[in-house]
Amino acid sequence: MTLGTDTLVRSSTAAARAREIAATVTDPEMPMLTLADLGVLREVAVEADGTVVVTITPTYSGCPAMATMRDDLVRRLEEAGFRARVRVSLTPAWSSDWITPRGRRALREAGLSAPGPAPRGRGPVLLSLSPTRRSLECPRCASTSVELVSEFGATACKALYRCTSCLEPFEHVKEI
Amino acid sequence: MTEIHTPEPDPHASVYDEALLGSDASHWAFGTSFEDPLAGVDTTIPEGADPSDLAAYCLMLGDDALIYSNRLSQWCSRAPDLEEDIALANIALDLLGQARLLLARAAAADPSVVPVLPEGSPVPAEDALAFFRDDAAMRNVRLVEPDNGDFAETIVRLLVFSTWRLALLERLVTSRDAVLAAIAAKGVKEMTYHRDYAGRWFLTLAQGTEGSRRRLLTALPRVLGFHDELFVDHPVETVVADQRAGVAPSAVAAEVGVVLDQVFSVSGVDRPDVPQVGRVNGGAGRDGRHTEALSLMLAEMQSVARAHPMGRW
Repeated sequence: MTLGTDTLVRSSTAAARAREIAATVTDPEMPMLTLADLGVLREVAVEADGTVVVTITPTYSGCPAMATMRDDLVRRLEEAGFRARVRVSLTPAWSSDWITPRGRRALREAGLSAPGPAPRGRGPVLLSLSPTRRSLECPRCASTSVELVSEFGATACKALYRCTSCLEPFEHVKEI
Repeated sequence: MTEIHTPEPDPHASVYDEALLGSDASHWAFGTSFEDPLAGVDTTIPEGADPSDLAAYCLMLGDDALIYSNRLSQWCSRAPDLEEDIALANIALDLLGQARLLLARAAAADPSVVPVLPEGSPVPAEDALAFFRDDAAMRNVRLVEPDNGDFAETIVRLLVFSTWRLALLERLVTSRDAVLAAIAAKGVKEMTYHRDYAGRWFLTLAQGTEGSRRRLLTALPRVLGFHDELFVDHPVETVVADQRAGVAPSAVAAEVGVVLDQVFSVSGVDRPDVPQVGRVNGGAGRDGRHTEALSLMLAEMQSVARAHPMGRW
């Protein structure tokens, strides 16, 4: 799964520039987040022939935004004069823990609630028959009186909540 | 590898602002090109595994997800309320993603499983497998075929399916095939909340109203008649399990039983002893012996792709 280091020249300047560009590409569904802040951007390397190889990982198996992310990365890098290729890494599986502190701030500023720590199960997955309990804060009024509307939202990664103080609905990025 | 579309400047500036759209107008160009979902993933066959067995096994798990995803997505715009509509569509989308990866893995392991299309067809391997195989070539279990029925029947079927598949994927995480192991690790996270969703609704319906409980009880025999087939090892499953690339479903029967018993018992429902849908000519879903419901579903699901084998979407 790893690229042989002999085929890669991690040429500091080109790689740093490519990394800088790749890090500015945003998520198509949550444009307040860059792919780097979302934790989807795993690696940017430069091959011996100068081709930039960007490694990304899907958030969910059915994430329909993957092709767009790939297109965007290639386009932005080519606009900057690079030849670019995107590879997919399926392992380790993406976790919401990879969303950076800056990404979490950006989510809150955009009115979304950022995920808490992801469950880290060892051993068999336990069945849970009671509603998911999270202690959340309304991203608008900071009230902690919130209620879950639905565990599923407009995209695979979000749950729907409602603040019972300001009565506004908001989306919560789920822990996974 | 990728078609690059440079958007023309839009003379009719959008009413949507940057905060909503982001600064990248090309985000509206969804679905313009096919992409290999396993691009750059090392698909080398692990030592000791047989490529054609591995491919056949991936088709089985992929078809389970593909057919059930299509069935569940028929709830779209028809669920009891918007939240459940979105929930079922989300679950169907996760399964479609798993199906896509598994079918792509099957094609990479043994390209001879992929139906032959006219020369120059842009249809990628996983789509050829999904849309250009007849019912008898599908390897899914029959549990996932019947019409959804009402919401209670859907919940019972989803509970059985997600409990079974979660147990399979939990074991598949240690597959010697790195691709299957990675797909499984991702799938476990998804199946976990699918099962929780179904389990919670099962309990709610059982303890809800007289009507909801009646519907749930009526649904049980319709779903559970396909239960035993889930745990019969097909020769391919036995072989890949021996090669430590796959899981023999008989190995998860006990733990699936424990989880189902737990849900039934908390819900105050007795698990009925239901006559099982028999094998046909000595075979079942894994052998390509299916119910009529699958043929009807495929006729609809595949019609557009088959009418346009050279189509670009």
